[in-house]
Amino acid sequence: MHSFGYRANALLTFAVTILAILCAFASLSDNLNVPNPSAHVQVLSINWFQKQPNGNDEVSLTLNVSADLQSMFTWNTKQVFVFLAAEYETPQNSLNQVSLWDGIIPSKEHAKFWTHTANKYRFIDQGSNLRGKEFNLTLHWHVMPKTGKMFADKIVMTGYRLPDEYR
Amino acid sequence: MLKVSFFFFLRCGFRNLNQREKKTSKGRGRERKMGWIGETMDSIRSLQIRQVLNQAVSLGMIVTSALIIWKGLMCITGSESPVVVVLSGSMEPGFKRGDILFLHMSKDPIRAGEIVVFNVDGREIPIVHRVIKVHERQDTGEVDVLTKGDNNFGDDRLLYAHGQLWLQKHHIMGRAVGFLPYVGWVTIIMTEKPIIKYVLIGALGLLVITSKE
Repeated sequence: MHSFGYRANALLTFAVTILAILCAFASLSDNLNVPNPSAHVQVLSINWFQKQPNGNDEVSLTLNVSADLQSMFTWNTKQVFVFLAAEYETPQNSLNQVSLWDGIIPSKEHAKFWTHTANKYRFIDQGSNLRGKEFNLTLHWHVMPKTGKMFADKIVMTGYRLPDEYR
Repeated sequence: MLKVSFFFFLRCGFRNLNQREKKTSKGRGRERKMGWIGETMDSIRSLQIRQVLNQAVSLGMIVTSALIIWKGLMCITGSESPVVVVLSGSMEPGFKRGDILFLHMSKDPIRAGEIVVFNVDGREIPIVHRVIKVHERQDTGEVDVLTKGDNNFGDDRLLYAHGQLWLQKHHIMGRAVGFLPYVGWVTIIMTEKPIIKYVLIGALGLLVITSKE
């Protein structure tokens, strides 16, 4: 009953239990944080807009992204992954989400940012539907915790439109 | 991953086993006064058929309860492997090698930004990466998905099967919903250094057989 093995076993079980409870509480405490992020995105210019030989439309944009995600950070936040996606509907696809830019915010100090960038990933449609297409730009963020549950949310910005002609 | 949960079960199971043994071996305090080796020798010598059966049943209980929990988790999460260990650094700094991810496979459609675990045809080990493009069909609801590792330069088309441009729903095993750091190292070490695994299992087995108190 008081052998070394038994005590070591009891100690290990207790330590693992406490650690698990602490992790659970750290993750639960994230629910207490109510973030109020803000974002603003501007399409500065259409660099080029053409139809690929295989028939898919491709467009290149220059974007100005500014956001304040400081309220996202809690003591259990390891990083915030943020990305900007163009979202639109076409006759054959009920939803198209194309990521245009993304970034990793490692700490609260970097969470208020602005960036001036061309699209990092190619904006290619499945088909030839982009001329005169209205689309939303959505800023998504995924909060990666130090431990526990991951969170995600988004801000949808509407009213963007691609030109009627290739250029 | 089964190994990890199994290991923890073994530990917890031990405790119950020990407590049960404690009840059955009341009044055998004499043995405690001998050294550890003498005690062990004594316990091996005094093994009785009833005791052996008892321990076999206890061991069986531990193994089956681990299996029940694992299969139960599969049912609840709807994913064929509810817990995975991260093996590569392609999602750093978010997920490092040795971290554990909890998966969930719900009916909800896959959306950009989610971290999914997918199997590529002709590749044995599943990959954990983030979805960057989604095209969902209007009539059938089928999805075309493109993924990328946060720490990788380009998208995953080079990792897919030859000529494959998109992932479909059937490639995806689940999406990551939770995260636990470091725990997966137990599995990684055991897979890469099998000798440690055998030593550990042997030692645990010996403990089960010889434990009296």
